[in-house]
Amino acid sequence: MSTKVIVETTINGVPETFVCEPRQTLLEVLREELGLTGTKEGCGNGNCGACCVLLDGRPVNSCLVLAVEAQGREIVTIEGLAADGLHPLQQAFLEHGALQCGACTPGFLVSAKALLDAHPRPTEQQARRWLAGNLCRCTGYDKIIRAVLDAAERMQADGSAGEAALADKAEAGATGNAPQSSSRPTAGEEVRPA
Amino acid sequence: MEAFAYAAPRTVAEAVELLVGANGSARVLAGGTDLIPQLQEGRRRASLVVDVKRIPDLCVLDWNPEEGLTIGAAVPCAQVAAFPRVQQHYPALHTACTLIGSVMVQNRASLGGNLCNAAPSADSVPPLIVHAAEAVITGPGGTRRVPVESVCTGPGQTCLAPGELLVRLHLPVPPPHTASAYLRFTPRNEMDIAVAGVAAAVTLDPAEGTCAHVRVALGAVAPTPVRAIAAEEYLAGKPLTDEHLRRAAQLAVEAAKPISDVRGSAEYRRHLVTVLTFRTLRAVRDRLAGGPAARS
Repeated sequence: MSTKVIVETTINGVPETFVCEPRQTLLEVLREELGLTGTKEGCGNGNCGACCVLLDGRPVNSCLVLAVEAQGREIVTIEGLAADGLHPLQQAFLEHGALQCGACTPGFLVSAKALLDAHPRPTEQQARRWLAGNLCRCTGYDKIIRAVLDAAERMQADGSAGEAALADKAEAGATGNAPQSSSRPTAGEEVRPA
Repeated sequence: MEAFAYAAPRTVAEAVELLVGANGSARVLAGGTDLIPQLQEGRRRASLVVDVKRIPDLCVLDWNPEEGLTIGAAVPCAQVAAFPRVQQHYPALHTACTLIGSVMVQNRASLGGNLCNAAPSADSVPPLIVHAAEAVITGPGGTRRVPVESVCTGPGQTCLAPGELLVRLHLPVPPPHTASAYLRFTPRNEMDIAVAGVAAAVTLDPAEGTCAHVRVALGAVAPTPVRAIAAEEYLAGKPLTDEHLRRAAQLAVEAAKPISDVRGSAEYRRHLVTVLTFRTLRAVRDRLAGGPAARS
């Protein structure tokens, strides 16, 4: 038997200390120990993206992160998206009918938030590529993409796209020894080169 | 997942000590995108998981004109792809770093993990081979440098002895007039595993317009990524005409020892090697001419 470990972390901006076994994934601890059940388990092996959370500002599959790895890191889950009212992405998903069963939706929203933090004005192709790791078996993706692009436009229009600065700050802490200027994605940069 | 102990050492020496102490039953954790599913599904076991992401030496990403590129074994693909020198000098590697899994996977998966997991289809390994990358490995007996093409010894197997740790990858500065490319075939555009992949790097003799140096490496068509030596030797000293590229593509198949599996038959994979080798070399030629990069 392995002993339990105390992990100090920040979840949705709030300092959080939990106790876990090393074999527990971050997904398991979020859902079963901390009651944050908005993050969903789909495949459990990194293929579907339903469990997407931000780890130091970057989207990751929480089923592929050990909870102990969260020591000293900042986590944002779907519960952290809405502030004063719904996040523009959440509002756009509602208006565009970008969900049916809803199981993939939290993952899409967190993943899409990371997209807009890094690329406030994504092209459709950029959005589709960025979200390729999020699977939806209901919608056929079209309404999701429309909602994401619409949210991007609205955030640009009302100036709420300033969260990129926060994400950059978190990212700087996650890039180890690399020069910040080179590792930070910039607006308009292609997600993948030709 | 079965229970295991967890350690996050701060130095290479501490990590090696932990690995030695576990007597072969420890597993190294970088991004975890291979290891965690393997532990969950019982395909690998561990009494101890050694998280190497808190070791500064394994998180280095640095370029200088004498030494070339140094990539710490735990640096995630997304960070490698975003490093401007990578796109500029090592385009085959850059492509691979943007092809592995999803954005979420690329934010975690490391090149060290891709190499040490030793999947025959590992997308970053053929590019590392054509960029003449060396693996710097530290163990209880000291540090050794091994060409990346010699690291994988079979599916899931590497030359690392128990107690040894891959610390970093070193890619020399490419000579002037060099370009590279990596193409793979997957039935889907995204989130798939290569049925076959081909990387190539060519250094031109600008006076003659011929190949001064050529490397071609194949993925997913043998127990390990392999160099296509016959193709390389054929192209040396020749200009990159379509005719020579076609002949080199045929010769590349000699290095392929594919299996038939759910992703494709051996015969299909051999066919893919000829098609992909031709297209990859053509993409390299386009890049040498300053033209647009090719797509798979």
